[in-house]
Amino acid sequence: MEQLFNPKNMELTKYLFYTGKGGVGKTSTACATAVNLADNGKKVLLISTDPASNLQDVFNTELNNKGVQIKEVPNLTVVNLDPIKAAFEYKESVIAPYRGKLPDTVLKNMEEQLSGSCTVEIASFNEFSNFITDEKAEQEYDHIIFDTAPTGHTLRMLQLPSAWSNFISESTHGASCLGQLSGLEDRKEIYKKAVETLANKNKTTLIIVSRPDTAPLIEAERASKELTDIGINNQIMIINGVLQNYDDSISEGLYNKQQNALKNMPNGLKDKATYIVLLRAYNITGMENVRAFFTQDNLNINTESLNTDNIPNLQNVIDDIYNSNKKVIFTMGKGGVGKTTIACAIALGLANKGKKVHLTTTDPAHHIKLFMENNDLITMSHIDEQEELANYKEEILSKARQTMSEEDIAYVEEDLRSPCTQEIAVFRKFAEFVEKADDEIVVIDTAPTGHTLLLLDSTQSYHKEIQRSQGDIPKSVKRLLPRLRNKKETDVIIVTLAEATPVFEAIRLEEDLKRAGINNNWWVINSSLYKTGTTNRMLQAKASNEIKWINKVDEHSKGNFAVISWSPEDIKGNKLLEL
Amino acid sequence: MKKMKIYEPAMCCSTGVCGVGVDSELLRISTVLNNLTKNGVIVDRYNLSTTPQEFVNNKKVSDFLNTKGVKRLPIIILDGEIVIEGRYPSNEEISELLDVPMSNFTKVESSNNNSCCSGGRCC
Repeated sequence: MEQLFNPKNMELTKYLFYTGKGGVGKTSTACATAVNLADNGKKVLLISTDPASNLQDVFNTELNNKGVQIKEVPNLTVVNLDPIKAAFEYKESVIAPYRGKLPDTVLKNMEEQLSGSCTVEIASFNEFSNFITDEKAEQEYDHIIFDTAPTGHTLRMLQLPSAWSNFISESTHGASCLGQLSGLEDRKEIYKKAVETLANKNKTTLIIVSRPDTAPLIEAERASKELTDIGINNQIMIINGVLQNYDDSISEGLYNKQQNALKNMPNGLKDKATYIVLLRAYNITGMENVRAFFTQDNLNINTESLNTDNIPNLQNVIDDIYNSNKKVIFTMGKGGVGKTTIACAIALGLANKGKKVHLTTTDPAHHIKLFMENNDLITMSHIDEQEELANYKEEILSKARQTMSEEDIAYVEEDLRSPCTQEIAVFRKFAEFVEKADDEIVVIDTAPTGHTLLLLDSTQSYHKEIQRSQGDIPKSVKRLLPRLRNKKETDVIIVTLAEATPVFEAIRLEEDLKRAGINNNWWVINSSLYKTGTTNRMLQAKASNEIKWINKVDEHSKGNFAVISWSPEDIKGNKLLEL
Repeated sequence: MKKMKIYEPAMCCSTGVCGVGVDSELLRISTVLNNLTKNGVIVDRYNLSTTPQEFVNNKKVSDFLNTKGVKRLPIIILDGEIVIEGRYPSNEEISELLDVPMSNFTKVESSNNNSCCSGGRCC
């Protein structure tokens, strides 16, 4: 058996980066590492770069992007780098000097342009690289810990230092896409230093967090390889949530599922130093639990009871979608809550009622094919970011080739190398799939929360841009936002677990949807241990802690919610119809 | 030689390829100006999102924004006078306004002196 993870007994580098699929417990392990090291007398800086960060829930403290000292842990400072906020601050710094000097309409034009995905990406990356290269922080803190965003975003962010260094040095004309950050060239040294620090094994450790479960382990292998490819070789692994023994069919099912996944550990992970963290009955909120996370459980049974005795199941949700004749269905929620399973079950349920369905995912790890058998009424697709980027580039270049010489095309190609081109490419594909809803139901299994928010936000800013752009814009893009806002056509199903963090995040997501003018009707609580009726003492304690959160969702959704029981087997094929 | 300046609305990049659609006018003007630069003819471009100060400093531009508004950008200024508004100049217009032969718009004179490549043979 691998040894238990305990930072007190380990020689850790100054910079620690946590990565892994959404929901594997990056935040919990990063926080517990930070608190334990700080308790041990080390000076620690903990930084979250997740757009949907939940550190404020864990520490029960209002956080900002400058650093807040935690009252109960004097040696710990926490920073929350919200990229959207960072972009806003950057935008303000550009526009503020011109208030009163330029007409309001002009300022508005600047503001809209600075709201795009480029700005968000650039602004957050700037803050991120500031922290890795800050000499004062390097001297002041013994450990600087990054609780990074879900995998796709993390990788992009970590890959940026090298990608951008290349981009800047290869750029021969000044006014490229990155030109909007004036003086970016001055930051070249900072980016270079950031890359060097990341690749230095004496300074940086990448900590890959996974659940003892097949899908997150596959994702972990992919992440590990991609980061090795860009030179980050010092990697260790944490398997979080390991169950050690069993005494009823539910706990036995969980135990066997975990052991099977660990036995079939992907090859790329076998040579990594691996540590485990045991499954805990409690939610990782509040200082007491964060402190105890690596060492102690608490098996108290919570005595709360459910407020309702009528809980709909997923079939009720599907009936409602069918009866109200919805055309565009999203499943949204924190990574790892099972959005893909729910999307598949809804697609299959609708097909079973005779509807034609198109099922698509923006989740980088294309899981759909693992779940679904062929069905005549269901077509499936996956938005592959790299492929979309290549297609988009080709589309533009072929247009350019009609009128331009080879040398001129090289110039356009250079602008296409900018990092924001990918966001646009993916966005256009997304619009294309929603357009299919003209003659079939489109079910979209969206990427984890943070990514989704950025996508929605760009939908909005693009929408504004469309109205003034002279460019050649596909009809599907023009029609996207009005369609997403049409309550008669579109419904968002929020998927969560009956645990603190996923519920808090789901509530924040709902607020963001409201702000974007997008309708949400149903909530689905997935993988409920409470519903299994387990008698294992540890799982029972865990199940009893779910009640509070089921009640909260019940109250919040005014009874419009379904609960799906945890299942030891992967729910595939026709089993999806039984949810 | 006459001096041309182009004042443009806020854009992400000069070719416009990072917008939601491709504007072929932007592609054309970017390429043409790039070629002119290589031939020693420099036309300055000011983008509202990167160089707002230029829009404040130039009285003609600042007055234009106050009276006609941001929707009438881009404007083309030749030796301090607004000559075109609301669109980019055609290649012919640029040629005429700056008195530059059309050959400068597409071809770039290759200089053999400081390059190690010549006659299709590279080192």
